[in-house]
Amino acid sequence: MSLLGLPPELWVLFVSFGFMVGVFFGFFGMGGSFLVTPTLLILGYPAPVAIGSSMAFVFGTAVIATLKHDDVGQVDYKLGGLMFAGIVLGIEVGKMLVFGLEALGRAELVVGVAYVLLLAAIGLVFTRNALSRGNEDDAAGESDGDPDDIPELAKTIKSYDVPPMVTLTDGSRASMWVISGVGGGVGVVSGFLGVGGGFIRMPAIYYLVGVPLAAAVGTSLFGALMSGAVGAFSYGLSGVIDVGVVTALLLGSAFGARIGSASTAYVDEEDVTIYFGIMLLLASAAVALGELATWLGTPVLDRVSFVLLIGSAAFVTATILYYGTRAVREGRDAPAVG
Amino acid sequence: MIEFAALPTAVQAVSVVGLVLLESIGLYLGYGALERRIGPPVLDAIRNA
Repeated sequence: MSLLGLPPELWVLFVSFGFMVGVFFGFFGMGGSFLVTPTLLILGYPAPVAIGSSMAFVFGTAVIATLKHDDVGQVDYKLGGLMFAGIVLGIEVGKMLVFGLEALGRAELVVGVAYVLLLAAIGLVFTRNALSRGNEDDAAGESDGDPDDIPELAKTIKSYDVPPMVTLTDGSRASMWVISGVGGGVGVVSGFLGVGGGFIRMPAIYYLVGVPLAAAVGTSLFGALMSGAVGAFSYGLSGVIDVGVVTALLLGSAFGARIGSASTAYVDEEDVTIYFGIMLLLASAAVALGELATWLGTPVLDRVSFVLLIGSAAFVTATILYYGTRAVREGRDAPAVG
Repeated sequence: MIEFAALPTAVQAVSVVGLVLLESIGLYLGYGALERRIGPPVLDAIRNA
């Protein structure tokens, strides 16, 4: 018996995995989508199905996050709208690359290798940050200074008037070339890997377009919503989105995001960031093992990579829940209502 | 996968996007109501465990 094409055991798997991904997203503000595509690849889904379904999942999580963020955050809808053309073009290019590689029989390999590098890079950044937290009193003042301040790089870029120039919501001006470049560049990554791209878009909006940090976060979220919608539509045109997978993942992640978000009121992020970094490094190793399993034709390695990926995600989720429960028992801090 | 085979591909794609949008809004509202209703008793239960 199956529902939306998924047997009961896969429903349990995807709802549980969605819950973990949601906890990460709610707690760290990222980490959702870039675990979904590799997991689907390891489970044997073809690259276009894994990426298309991940894009639809990104759209769903971005809708939920934007609904929540709209109450408390800042979103520069004008900038988001101006990036739209670049996003559409970028996602189409990314999708063409995926289908081109699929036609050559190389899509799973190339996307897999890209994920090995991506997860390893982000994992290293998180692990390094967690390890160097102890002696960062002398950290640069980006987050300690005026919240409306923008970095020097953005000021330099803004000093060149490359027409057409547009005025943003905060009154500053930016070149359409930079805005379209950011939208298009992140769009290619989104369309190629099936990710929301917030981990690239947010810094790009802050450092290249020169939008203050708080607005950059909200606008990046809005960008993820547009990327997800465009990507889901584009991959949907090719009929490669598995609605059952997306539905199960969303059921779990929407719940997990609330738990993760509530946990931030109790759990010190520094306590668990190191585990999240290590989990991403293990995820990178898991995808590499999955690729190796395909090359060597050894299904045992496939199982090891699956257990490594799901096991490390489950461990970090359990760690967050453990710290949260312990803090509640000790009567630490009241939860943020929302 | 859901079979939309009888529909034109553009309609299929829009249906998928619409379905995900509706599901997301429903989950946001549903889990929000659930959180307001059972959140405080769950926290009390953890504190008193």
